Amino acid sequence: MDIKKETIASLHEKLVNKDVTAQDLASQAIDKINADEKKINSFITVNDKATEDAKKIDEDGIKGPLSGIPIAIKDNIVTNGIKTTAASKILYNFMPVYSATVLEKLEAAGAIDIGKTNLDEFAMGSSTETSYFGTTHNAWDFDRVPGGSSGGSAAAVATGEVVAALGTDTGGSIRQPSAFNGIFGIKPTYGRVSRWGVIAFASSLDQVGVMSKRVEDSATVLSVIAGHDDHDSTSSEKEVPDYRANLNKDMHGVKIAVPKEFYHEGTHPEVLDAVNKALDQYRAMGATVDEVSLPTLKHAVEVYYILASSEASSNLQRYDGVRYGFRAKDVKNIKELFVNSRSEGFGDEVKRRIMLGTFALSAGAYDAYFKKAAQVRTIFINEMSNVLKDYDLIMGPATTTPAFKIGEKVDDPLAMYMNDILTIPANLAGLPAASVPAGLADGMPVGLQIIGKPFAEQDVFNAAYALQEENKFYEQIPTALKGED
Amino acid sequence: MISKDEILHVATLANLKFQDDEVDSFVSQLGKIVGMESQLSSVDTTGIEPTYNMGDTNSVFREDKGIRTQTREQLLENVPETDNNLIKVPTIVDKEDDE
Repeated sequence: MDIKKETIASLHEKLVNKDVTAQDLASQAIDKINADEKKINSFITVNDKATEDAKKIDEDGIKGPLSGIPIAIKDNIVTNGIKTTAASKILYNFMPVYSATVLEKLEAAGAIDIGKTNLDEFAMGSSTETSYFGTTHNAWDFDRVPGGSSGGSAAAVATGEVVAALGTDTGGSIRQPSAFNGIFGIKPTYGRVSRWGVIAFASSLDQVGVMSKRVEDSATVLSVIAGHDDHDSTSSEKEVPDYRANLNKDMHGVKIAVPKEFYHEGTHPEVLDAVNKALDQYRAMGATVDEVSLPTLKHAVEVYYILASSEASSNLQRYDGVRYGFRAKDVKNIKELFVNSRSEGFGDEVKRRIMLGTFALSAGAYDAYFKKAAQVRTIFINEMSNVLKDYDLIMGPATTTPAFKIGEKVDDPLAMYMNDILTIPANLAGLPAASVPAGLADGMPVGLQIIGKPFAEQDVFNAAYALQEENKFYEQIPTALKGED
Repeated sequence: MISKDEILHVATLANLKFQDDEVDSFVSQLGKIVGMESQLSSVDTTGIEPTYNMGDTNSVFREDKGIRTQTREQLLENVPETDNNLIKVPTIVDKEDDE
């Protein structure tokens, strides 16, 4: 069975009709992952109990839409009894003794955790190249990055290893790899999904979301994982809609704002062509599209790298070699244990962020950097909410370029950081945002970004669904996979 | 923009250490990044409240009753070195510090 051509609903139907068992789906997924791993490297750990778990689902009978469906989980989401590393040497052997709320919800719905996907170390990066376990490769061109940090999840979906995967998004880590791999990915509103059991990077920005080839599949999964959790006081008590059942592609009267600053200088011309074509398609479907301005967008990268790094430097203090993970050898005292475990256990990019954050929080720099960035964040949030007073959605490109070559930016942190300029705004303002395939540039996929009002995930899904039904991008087979089967 | 001494000071605060050649490349990289970040000084933020948290920041109450989670044994499963169900670490107080 070619999973690339299936949806959660089509698999569910086959399961219900007993054309296939959950055990078959799990073992096929594992065979495909094992066959693909050498060229894609999308997984850090495959769940060797997956077929056993699936057997139990078969025995209990197929129930809801996710019952018996294999789903991949980004490896910064803790999974009881399955190694969870955040792609870092410092957690290379970490075996969680509990599961994240999102995983518990998926398992309660009968989904099968097929394994843990690769990412940039601690989700810090835009290319999956900072993973301790090696880089993941783009499904369209193995010489290119899959994006990041949820690059493993994106590649696993694009290659048809799984129909859907969980990712996390702190500054674009779901949307950018989704754009680079020609799939759909959504970062929900801050507080929509519990962060309990998600390895913290920047707590005021992190959010769990879903990636899939089809919009409707992410809608199905998000309804399952969203909702209030006593373990996460920032999770919202707002009711969770059935996003899939409410999908509506009617774009008549929908008001779309396109910030002129999203047309960033240096944006690939074919990316602009694809995005402009998508905007024309929305106009043709009855939506209005107006240009607006977000003057403070030009400072978004600065604000983000100060706040995210500061929060990371605080969150990552817990890794000290004492209670779990990597512990340095031959140390004389406890201080050396901390310093050596951290210095040997963290990779360069993580150290860079910890240093940046520690600097921004240090006496003498706090007001000029950390506090200043938090103030500019307020200004930016106000600009975004003012636009959303008059408009239903904000749209633009998800990335300035299609996927770049492996190794091209890895030694230039600033160039890598600038990658995130178009995705950071939704995190700073806590808004729901998605990337949906819009076309090709240089033969590589381009994502249209759709940002909605707080908790208006349905509007984002609907607009993405409308475009998907218009361009049917999901029918395209990633270039590097042609000739398979 | 940011000196080698400052980098070494921040490294101490962060419980990190670097080889000499690493420090030099960090000085230049962090210098560039901090330089980029310094552009924020051009934004007028007079009277603007900082946003440090997102989501509902109201206090959350729950009934005062115990919840069973992990056992002591489970919580010690990932500890690199244990002794008698306790976490084992090297010397905390150096001999020199005793004087």
